[in-house]
Amino acid sequence: MFQNLPLFPEQASTMAPRVDALLYFLTAVSIFFASLIFIFIVVFAVKYRRRSDAEKAPQIEGSIPLEIFWSVVPLGITMVMFIWGALVYFDMSSPPAGALEINLVGRQWMWKAQHAEGQSEINELHVPAGLPVRLTMTSEDVIHSYFVPAFRIKMDVLPARYTTIWFHPTKAGEYRLFCAEYCGTLHSGMIGRVVVMEPADYQRWLGEGATGTSMAEAGAELFRRLGCGVCHRASDTGQGPALAGLFGKSVKLEGGGSALADEGYIRESILEPHAKVVAGFPPVMPTFKGLVSEDGILQIIAYLKSLRKEERARAER
Amino acid sequence: MSDAAAVQQHQFDDLEQQHEAAWIGMWIFIATEVMFFGGMFTGYIFYRSAYAQGFAGASNRLDVWLGAINTAVLIGSSFTMALAVHGAETNKRKLLVNGLLLTILLGSVFLGIKFFEYHHKFEEHLVPGSSFRFEGPLARPAEIFFSFYFAMTGMHALHMVIGIGMLSVLVFQARRGRYSAAYFTPVEITGLYWHFVDIVWIFLFPLLYLVGRHL
Amino acid sequence: MNGERREHYLNVNYGVRSWLLTTDHKRIAWLYLVSITFFFFVGGFFATMIRLELLTPQGDLVQSETYNKLFTMHGVTMVFFFLIPAIPAVLGNFLIPMMIGARDLAFPRLNLASWYIFIVGGLFTLAASAAGGVDTGWTFYTPYSSIYSNTHVALTVVGIFVTGFSSILTGLNFIVTIHKMRAPGLTWFRLPLFVWSHYATSVIFILGTPVLAITLVLVGLERIFGLGIFDPARGGDPVLFQHLFWFYSHPAVYIMILPAMGVVSELIAGFSRKRIFGYTFVAFASLAIAVIGFLVWGHHMFVSGQSVHAGLVFSLLSFLVAIPSAIKVFNWTATLYKGSISYDAPMLYGLGFIGVFTIGGLTGLFLATLGFDVHVHDTYFVVAHFHYIMVGGSVMAYLGGIHYWWPKMTGRIYPEIWARLAALIVFLGFNLTFFPQFVLGYLGMPRRYHIYPPEFQVLNVMSSAGASILAVGYVLPLVYLIWSLRYGAVAGKNPWGARGLEWETGSPPPTNNFDTTPRVTAGAYAYEKEPGEVYSFGKTAHV
Repeated sequence: MFQNLPLFPEQASTMAPRVDALLYFLTAVSIFFASLIFIFIVVFAVKYRRRSDAEKAPQIEGSIPLEIFWSVVPLGITMVMFIWGALVYFDMSSPPAGALEINLVGRQWMWKAQHAEGQSEINELHVPAGLPVRLTMTSEDVIHSYFVPAFRIKMDVLPARYTTIWFHPTKAGEYRLFCAEYCGTLHSGMIGRVVVMEPADYQRWLGEGATGTSMAEAGAELFRRLGCGVCHRASDTGQGPALAGLFGKSVKLEGGGSALADEGYIRESILEPHAKVVAGFPPVMPTFKGLVSEDGILQIIAYLKSLRKEERARAER
Repeated sequence: MSDAAAVQQHQFDDLEQQHEAAWIGMWIFIATEVMFFGGMFTGYIFYRSAYAQGFAGASNRLDVWLGAINTAVLIGSSFTMALAVHGAETNKRKLLVNGLLLTILLGSVFLGIKFFEYHHKFEEHLVPGSSFRFEGPLARPAEIFFSFYFAMTGMHALHMVIGIGMLSVLVFQARRGRYSAAYFTPVEITGLYWHFVDIVWIFLFPLLYLVGRHL
Repeated sequence: MNGERREHYLNVNYGVRSWLLTTDHKRIAWLYLVSITFFFFVGGFFATMIRLELLTPQGDLVQSETYNKLFTMHGVTMVFFFLIPAIPAVLGNFLIPMMIGARDLAFPRLNLASWYIFIVGGLFTLAASAAGGVDTGWTFYTPYSSIYSNTHVALTVVGIFVTGFSSILTGLNFIVTIHKMRAPGLTWFRLPLFVWSHYATSVIFILGTPVLAITLVLVGLERIFGLGIFDPARGGDPVLFQHLFWFYSHPAVYIMILPAMGVVSELIAGFSRKRIFGYTFVAFASLAIAVIGFLVWGHHMFVSGQSVHAGLVFSLLSFLVAIPSAIKVFNWTATLYKGSISYDAPMLYGLGFIGVFTIGGLTGLFLATLGFDVHVHDTYFVVAHFHYIMVGGSVMAYLGGIHYWWPKMTGRIYPEIWARLAALIVFLGFNLTFFPQFVLGYLGMPRRYHIYPPEFQVLNVMSSAGASILAVGYVLPLVYLIWSLRYGAVAGKNPWGARGLEWETGSPPPTNNFDTTPRVTAGAYAYEKEPGEVYSFGKTAHV
């Protein structure tokens, strides 16, 4: 019956019921206070309507206890809203460990997702139900925003920077994907769908779309082709630092200070090698700006991440 | 004092009220100006902390001596402006007119030197945009530095030009004997404006020319 | 009054020159009234096109480029050329000198200059519209506005920049006037709340507008000269633009609502014949809103990638700004208690304002709640929220104020029945237009969407239907107010039996507002006393 007039969005992630709970609370508080005000206005307006033009109203100065009362009570209630909202926001901003990692590049006017196994898709995103998913996102041009209403999540996608978003889909199905930040002429066409599949179906889908090359492998290939290995050797004997096990660690910088080797740091080091030079190495690396696409950088990052894994695997052995 | 009646505007009760209104008005305008430049200062400081080395390198391309001379010129012009106000206050018309003329002269010297600097930067391809050239690996932060350099000093120079225009009107009026110890509000508040523009430079000079010199 | 010709500001001289070169704050108010009415209907035309387009999900009326220009120019026109100047430049200009017993603002020529600056800025922006428009959204987010857009961004930005100086100079004029030109005996805490709220607004004009001005200058320089301050490809940070933009543009919301609150305080007091309950709290609430309003800009950026901690601080401060607003609503309601309430059209707008503002304010709490905002950010929920504040709040208060002081401005009474009908139509049309948008937003419809999924159509049709009702409500007053200029009943000096210095002079007032300097012995809203006990007029006439 409500097919043409939906009044409530679908709940399809673990975050959705939590945001909806906030909605119920906020709405209840609002209805209470709005009704209170409306009832008082109507009652006063009727009860104290002017009966003769000569009528005089008794003058009331005000009441400090009342003022304190209706400042402190709303303050208390808003603090509940603040803390509750902050807790939800905090969890939205902290992806759980072990989330499925997918990379996403936005551009006027499409979304391109790249799975670790190498599958890539445009304006669609296939994910398994029941597993947290984390997207690492960047834009090739203007600011976009990744928005999936059924998951109650949204995050701006910025040029020259990585932002992340995560969700834990609970229900198989197809959900709308929107760009929420105005991005130019076909902004309203920058839409798509997120397809949540049963894990088994997802595995099948991955198999069907397999390209034979994972992101890390593609990254390794790029790493070779761009000649990165000439300087970045397996040990610190080259012109540049060794990169195995680098990701996620803190590096000491030339001239003091340190930086966390995250996605943003690696991206900057490829495009702006001299912004942060590792201590003990000469600033001789050329920029790779224009030689490698945003997709390519994400592949190299995936490769560097995989180096960490391989190393760890070796150590465990 | 028929003079006083002539300069008093109808909406005020007396000259004192009129004078105070003008005085407060200029201070409020200066508050606006502080916020105006504040936006650029905020942006500058934000980027400087992000690109400390690049900004230091780019800052080395500015001519400290020209900047220092300009600072001295502006401080001198504040002094001559103060002399002009003093001349008005003490009914010394000659001091007033000469003070104003000297201030205009020093302001023009400042702009002349500034123009020379701009011209030099233009020849060195340090103007941001497609013709920007900066040797070395820190070209991008350097371009941002010069974006701020031109935006901030350009806005400052625009304020100087407006100030010189106001001073010229004052010279014209002062010659006609419009100002006396009884009424010199326009001289006073223009002086306030002029001092403010000088102070902006006092902040711009170290921020743009001196910061990170020896990094 | 019949027959005898009394000289007042309208008939003191005639002709185009006498209007275009006037320094009389009352005439300048009329210049603004005519110009912002023009801009209101220009902005309204764009809104009409938007609502027509959104009747169907397919985007079949205009092309995407056109649609993007429509909502941009709707926002730019309404925000910068109607809402911001509406109440301050028209009602504030007309009333503040009269309310404080002054002959004019402190700087009458500056006041006229402000209007000309406003017009020049408006012409730039109109020229941009005529030349093909601009498509960045009124927020001008970089790098879209600075690099990618192929429309007339620079021209529009120049228009807004220029107009900003009109706001700054108006604010400067108000502050100086309120400080230095109050009548003898009119202490700060005897001032009408209208004056207090305009004082707070002026502070924002002075401290906020220049930041927007310089930000837009930087965007313009980036487009014209290729500076790289916001260009990510050259190491610039586009998010810095958002910080600078919202540092002004959030306080700008308070520029639009604070004067409206001032008007509503006058309306509630006047039509209840009671002083405002908790006067000092309402007065200081205005200042508190103005001050805290400068510290909450980051709540527009909860999903922009700013740090979680910044989000927490901005959320907390945003909740704090709700408290003074709540104080105002409670005090207005309490003022009605034991009042002598009449339902003249201005009061209907006033009561409507409280209702609509309550909903707008409460949904503001939704948006300040971090975890909730993420979902509704940049959706129609936000669109509905700020239209409740700006259209429901500011425009309703503006119309209420225009009706209330119409007899003072023109010397004529508007037709009461029509006015009540219009107030009712505006209230109903407004709610029908914008309430469905809350639902749309929660369902996930993003704002600035030309084409939308079909399941959102019913709510959009409801909204468009409401907009057509709202349009009737806006055109009606235009018709009968103009009609009343000629045919309306002649108003006495105080048709409402209200207190306040503006009601102690003729309708329309003489050029100098008062024939002699008034002296005040009690606070505003001294309804327990006769006007003669509160206001006395000296014997010496002004020059």
